[in-house]
Amino acid sequence: MYEIRLHSRGGQGGVTAAKLLAHAAFLDGKNATAAPFYGAERRGAPVVSFIRIDDRPIKIYSQIRKPDLVIVLDMGVMDTVNVLDGLKEGGSILINSPNPAEFEGYKTYNVDLTNIALSLDLIVSGSPILNTPLLGALAKMGFVSRESARTAIKEAFKDERNAEAAMKAYEEMKI
Amino acid sequence: MLTIATGNKAVATAVRDAKPKVVAAYPITPQTEIVENIADFVSSKELDSRYIPVESEHSSMAACMGSSIAGVRTFTATSSHGLVYMCEMLHMVAGARLPIVMANANRALGPGWNVWAEQSDSLSMRDSGWLQVYVSTVQEAYDATLMAFRIAEDNDVLLPVMVNLDGFLLTHIMQGFETVNPEDFIPEIDLPHRIDVDNPGGYGTLTPPNEHFKFRWDIERALRDSVRVIEETESEFEKRFGRKYGMTEDYRTEDAEVIIVAMGTLGKEMEVAVDNLREEGIKAGSVRIRWFRPFPDLKSRLEGRDVVVIDRDYSFGFGGIVANEIRAKCNVKPYSVIAGLGGQEVTYDDIAGFVRDRKTDSEFWFGVNE
Amino acid sequence: MAEIPEEEYILKTTSACAGCSASLILRYVTKAAGPDTVLVVPACCTSVIQGIYPDTAMNIPVYNVAFASAAAVASGMSEAFRAEGKDTNVICFAGDGGTVDIGIQALSGALERGTDFLYICYDNEAYSNTGMQRSGATPLGARTTTTPVGKTEFKKDLDAIIAAHNPVYMATACSAYPDDLYKKIKKALSVPGPKFMHVLAPCPPGWRYPSDKTIDMGKLAVKSGMWVLYERENGKLNITGASKAAMVKRIPVSDYIKVQGRFKTATEEDIRALQNSVDLEMEKLKKEADGIC
Repeated sequence: MYEIRLHSRGGQGGVTAAKLLAHAAFLDGKNATAAPFYGAERRGAPVVSFIRIDDRPIKIYSQIRKPDLVIVLDMGVMDTVNVLDGLKEGGSILINSPNPAEFEGYKTYNVDLTNIALSLDLIVSGSPILNTPLLGALAKMGFVSRESARTAIKEAFKDERNAEAAMKAYEEMKI
Repeated sequence: MLTIATGNKAVATAVRDAKPKVVAAYPITPQTEIVENIADFVSSKELDSRYIPVESEHSSMAACMGSSIAGVRTFTATSSHGLVYMCEMLHMVAGARLPIVMANANRALGPGWNVWAEQSDSLSMRDSGWLQVYVSTVQEAYDATLMAFRIAEDNDVLLPVMVNLDGFLLTHIMQGFETVNPEDFIPEIDLPHRIDVDNPGGYGTLTPPNEHFKFRWDIERALRDSVRVIEETESEFEKRFGRKYGMTEDYRTEDAEVIIVAMGTLGKEMEVAVDNLREEGIKAGSVRIRWFRPFPDLKSRLEGRDVVVIDRDYSFGFGGIVANEIRAKCNVKPYSVIAGLGGQEVTYDDIAGFVRDRKTDSEFWFGVNE
Repeated sequence: MAEIPEEEYILKTTSACAGCSASLILRYVTKAAGPDTVLVVPACCTSVIQGIYPDTAMNIPVYNVAFASAAAVASGMSEAFRAEGKDTNVICFAGDGGTVDIGIQALSGALERGTDFLYICYDNEAYSNTGMQRSGATPLGARTTTTPVGKTEFKKDLDAIIAAHNPVYMATACSAYPDDLYKKIKKALSVPGPKFMHVLAPCPPGWRYPSDKTIDMGKLAVKSGMWVLYERENGKLNITGASKAAMVKRIPVSDYIKVQGRFKTATEEDIRALQNSVDLEMEKLKKEADGIC
């Protein structure tokens, strides 16, 4: 079973990102669950979502304590939240950032999702859409197939720029 | 059709497929998406139903009462404070023998305000005459809601059915599931006592002491008969759609020396604990109670073994409700664990710990150090 | 301009959204009321804005109560304080859903009994705390999660219902005009008996406009006549603030409607109906204020 913890801020679409990932994994024939962790939710507050992917049925509902992958959509949350908490030794971190980062003992990846969204003018209520390009990056990392990522995005959003954003992220993502 | 969605959306989808003519509901976290999805289905015409946006939960059950006695399939949803706010009406609709189906998102009662999973809300209404089923996966939420209409409307039952989902843990988690085309699996509703202006009668009139108890006995008899109707319905469901349920879901119980009992999502997570305990050499098994009313016959599965009951609820001054009902019906002295109140996190490791630490006929409040 | 005290009773750690009217209104309410005050708060955004146990952002006592019960709780509390000879302000601070829908029975009872309290309804025109479902206070044509193609009924006339109970003082206000709001609360709290205030509270996530435009939104509401600032002292009507000008000349309702995402599904017919109802209401109020009936 693969466990992924996603850190974002309320209003950035982090919960939707988790759902998109689970949907794409589901379309790949996997068992997948996506759940938000609800604190007092509001725009701007740190938000955590959990995604589990497995070939066998997933019976766990409790929070992910030892993720295999941590995704950080907004580096600002790292001021108040320990995003590395519980990350498995040798686990991976994917950060929304133009600059590569290093966290000792972990494989760190970065992709500039914000810039991709801005370059396509993919902005809603003043916030760049990060979840659809994120799915493209995750496809590049091999979590979901490109086909399923595309389908999941199409079923969730009418705006075609979302699929474009995913493709851009796929291209830009360096493994 | 195979798809992925949250527990709330699955319930709304089942409602779409069961085609009630009236839905009357009031928003309350974490049930809101059920009602919002139904509103979407109605406005997109996928569901031909009248949606009444009532002004309170007491009114939502009252509106359901009016709709149901008019002879029409009726649905609502609520949670926690909403459920207990309609307490009077819950008793009314069971007593009026109305086959209303309601989804309840199990959520703690305040003060303080707590929107997370706890089963005290529905369990505190266990005396009302409502049937109650507790589901643990998105698939089961869909299936049980569909079946609820058929069970409720069966002329040998004619009692309302409550489908319970753990707040947030199940209402908000996305899982894959399959929808079905029910066709005639749910027959046309035919309420024998519906309002008929050509055959007028008085409903719920002043009933004297020498008559009232007979009506209460009728309700009890229907609840007893509902066991057979539940079994028939689930058997027919399995035949047509391939999925099997039961009054309980048993896991590795055949040779078990200790059985864990729980309801809802803990009832699924405990299976992971069972597997881990078995690896350690402890012969564990689990029984997830699905139907709480009518209460299942657990004697053969629990007697003669150690029993650990996890109650995500409490009856102040008396104890965990599930543990107490088990004590009343079976010759068992369980280790009664109170865990998960107000959404308190309980993991498969914690559950395995309860089993390892078990003491006969004793109560343990997880997280309290007294 | 009123002399508004510096002291803050709401501390800096609220959980309010950026651009939230409710917390802005509450700031002025607490400044006007002072420390000898208890807030009675039913389920609403303010339940969450206060913060999460064990912290609270409020520097006065706040009693959080069941959704339907605010005015009834206030009734009991007020009677108890007065029985003890205490003058403590008892103020209900409730959303529109908790006032106009589920809370109306208790409110009606408390008013009818002449309860000595102030009930403030901050109106963001939906059940915002639970994710923007429609309430009785949602205007015609507005999209909410339970009216996906726009509400087909008019906004419930809460003020007419309240006026029918003859409170000693009632007023409308708006988060965009804090001076007017402050003065009215001060006036309300200066007399014993049942008092009511209805405050428009534009809400960025619910009405779908950028968070920095809350004040502009409130001003558009008043300048178009979709919201009227007035007060009734023992029933006598007095139009206040920017509504005085709007009585005579106002901007078209469509100017207010078109800058809110929630009205995206409003039809031309809806907008005409809204304009019509504004014109009728303004005319009615103007006649009454001018003493013509």
